[in-house]
Amino acid sequence: MKPQTLTAKPPVKFFIFKKPNRWVILTILIALIMSLPVLVVGSAIFQPLNENWQHLKEFLLAEYIINSLILMLGVSVGVLSMGVITAWLTSMCEFPHRRLFSWLLLLPLAIPAYIIAYTYTGLLDFAGPIQTTLREWTGWGIRDYWFPEVRSIGGAIAMLSLVLYPYVYMMARAAFLEQSIGALEASRTLGSTPLNGFFRVALPLARPAIVTGLSLALMETLADFGTVQYFGIGTFTTGIFRTWFGVGDGTTASQLAAMMLVFVFALIMLERWSRKRAKFHNTSQKHSVIKRFQLKGKMAFLAWLACLLPVLFGFILPALQLLYWVFTTAEETIDASFFSLTLNTMLLAMAASIIAVSIALLLAYGRRLHKSQLIGAGVSIASLGYAVPGTVIAVGIMTPFAFIDSALNSWMKANFDISTGLIFSGTVFALLFAYTVRFLAVSVNAIESGLGKIKPTMDDAGRSMGLTPLAVLRKIHLPLMRGTVLTALLLVFVDVLKELPATLILRPFNFNTLAVRAHELAADERLADAATPALMIVLVGILPVILLSRAISHSRAGEQ
Amino acid sequence: MLNVKNVSVAYGKNVVVEGASLQLKKGEIGCFLGPSGCGKTTLLRAIAGFEPLQQGEILVNDKAVSNTAIHLAPEKRNIGMVFQDFALFPHLTVEDNIAFGMTHLKRAEQQQRTQQLLEMVSLKDYGKRYPHELSGGQQQRIALIRALAPKPDLLLLDEPFSSMDVELREELAIEIRDILKHENITAILVTHDQNEAFLVADTIGVMQEGRLTQWAEGYELYHEPANAFIADFIGQGVFIEGEVLCEHSIKTPLSIVHEKVPEGCKPGCKVNVFIRPDDILLDKTSSQKAKIVGREFRGANFLYTLELADGNRLLTLEHSHHRHDIGDEVGMKLDLEHVVAFPKK
Repeated sequence: MKPQTLTAKPPVKFFIFKKPNRWVILTILIALIMSLPVLVVGSAIFQPLNENWQHLKEFLLAEYIINSLILMLGVSVGVLSMGVITAWLTSMCEFPHRRLFSWLLLLPLAIPAYIIAYTYTGLLDFAGPIQTTLREWTGWGIRDYWFPEVRSIGGAIAMLSLVLYPYVYMMARAAFLEQSIGALEASRTLGSTPLNGFFRVALPLARPAIVTGLSLALMETLADFGTVQYFGIGTFTTGIFRTWFGVGDGTTASQLAAMMLVFVFALIMLERWSRKRAKFHNTSQKHSVIKRFQLKGKMAFLAWLACLLPVLFGFILPALQLLYWVFTTAEETIDASFFSLTLNTMLLAMAASIIAVSIALLLAYGRRLHKSQLIGAGVSIASLGYAVPGTVIAVGIMTPFAFIDSALNSWMKANFDISTGLIFSGTVFALLFAYTVRFLAVSVNAIESGLGKIKPTMDDAGRSMGLTPLAVLRKIHLPLMRGTVLTALLLVFVDVLKELPATLILRPFNFNTLAVRAHELAADERLADAATPALMIVLVGILPVILLSRAISHSRAGEQ
Repeated sequence: MLNVKNVSVAYGKNVVVEGASLQLKKGEIGCFLGPSGCGKTTLLRAIAGFEPLQQGEILVNDKAVSNTAIHLAPEKRNIGMVFQDFALFPHLTVEDNIAFGMTHLKRAEQQQRTQQLLEMVSLKDYGKRYPHELSGGQQQRIALIRALAPKPDLLLLDEPFSSMDVELREELAIEIRDILKHENITAILVTHDQNEAFLVADTIGVMQEGRLTQWAEGYELYHEPANAFIADFIGQGVFIEGEVLCEHSIKTPLSIVHEKVPEGCKPGCKVNVFIRPDDILLDKTSSQKAKIVGREFRGANFLYTLELADGNRLLTLEHSHHRHDIGDEVGMKLDLEHVVAFPKK
């Protein structure tokens, strides 16, 4: 039994110094290292403001803030309308191809926003196929007609919404499927029509989950650099980048990043709050099989269309455009240097995912073995990076690393007359560190959910049969966790592949990844050439989406 | 008030309810009783309008709500329902839950009715709370008054006590019966627990394998079960073999009993006679002897298992002060009021 229950537990565990626990120390250490970039950026507010900040405040800051807010507002409307409607249709209604749509709707997740931005720019620009055809048919000249400008804030909202709505879709769909059918049936016996019941019961019940999905989509919106940079929209991310590289003022860039952190923490609070609310909104443990509303005729067609459009514009069209470009440019773009670029990127992503997953395993096991609040808090802090934009993390890493490098260099020069050059900053080390900070949460979530499925009684059974904790890990957990670890590796791998702003800021000289290459080519107006690295990213990005859709369809008791 | 005529419900080819018929008068409380999987919840859901009929007809106040041609939507039936998991809306306060079905009323009237109902179940101070802040018994009461709030013609209760503690069940069952009777509500309860059925219902329908095999009062079900399944399912008892002597007599190992014999049984026909514990009395003076082979202490009573010389076993219920040990020889006699006998297969 538990001997602890006999002795009174001290209320605060912080003050037990007798036996420092290895796991607690390790977790706190990891949490400190992982939060270093955010701490560095946050501390920038204590530095004096210089004339660059004055300039920023006078001419640009308002624009950054307003544009970021407009983007978030617009993306909210976009992802909520697309995500909630498609989630409701695929979970509660029956119409042709419903099951197919329920996973097709996840596909836009595979395309980074900046890549979809390239494809629509190519499609909709003045010289693009749509406007050219329009002019040929009508005989209009350049100034004879109005056509929506895709490289605008409206365009950016559309691009981001098209690839980010799956966050809301996933969360809302899971919430709809988890709702007790009883609650909906109860509303019917109390006189509500099915539609009425949707607005009075199903939607309010799913609201916390929908808000969670929205907060994730907004974190991505805030963090987006590639799209807004390409469209020439001034936001926090582009502002930080411009101040760092254009003006060369690291302090002001850090101060801008610190200001952005306020928005980031607001979104984190929103997400935490909604996840907490969602716990109370779980109506029933009993999952009866959902009886879907059979849609017929016009209604069935409308539902079908409502599900097709996000997939068509969010995945099929952009993917076709990329394919077309790749076919037209393959001869020039696919050469030895492309292969070495791909290999380079893959190796980098693999290294980052192995590091992130190893740390995640340590954290997750620490939390499993010692359920102390301190470890829990440490793990939470260590995995905050998912909400912090890559630009901010990069600034937070660059500043201390550059300082260490120059200090080390001058010390070595003074004492041994050796120039060490750059050891930390401007090396792959800085990149890997940034990736780990940014994507640790992805691997921690994956590992913890896998570990959670192994019941604690299995550990106890192993121990009672004479296994040491390490032997439990080796003989019981590892064989059961193999799939989970692979999934976690894949998720981090793909995220690193897509990552743009941190890579752009931290990469060593002449070092490229697929994402950076695509960005450079697109910035040079060589969209067709950018398609090859872009398509590569999308193809690999489809893998986790497939895993995700399989996991979803296997885990829902109410789903058939 | 409620008239269910020869109703069948099927999921695909799987017939779950077959040819069920019953009637309820205004203010009467009915019950579907049966083991799990017997189709009782499905029949209830068919009445509520959640399952279409394959055959038959359901009328409420002489108006057809379900048959093979008509299927009135659940929200148009004015039938209230209390769900097994209560299905309280977690995003609404207790008051808003209760007012949910009263949208046709003015705000002030809604509030008045809500308060009146809360008072009825003594939960007046809980109106502003959320369902997860209530205990199971409180949730149960709120689920009941929420269903009563729109004044339904008929109230359906699907296993309303199954998630309760055993001690709470009886108390709540009596409370609910009092409320239903006080408000003159016509209701149907679904349960697998015969004690609940006896406590709450006026008329009980026993369901087995999709069929409603007997629709009668509790007393009748216990003493005059329609078939061997019901005899065994309701209460306790044992079957002993008997032989029909003539139209009014059956010979059993205990004695010859004089009662009507099962239909179609001629003299010489073997039957099973059902003997309940209350049909057997211990009697020192009786020449009929038996050995005690089992004893269960039940508080006020002992349930003894007796073995006759021929190996037949019987049950008897005795006051706690009549204490005997296993192996004791006792005198006993048969005190049959109703003979329940079924042809031996």
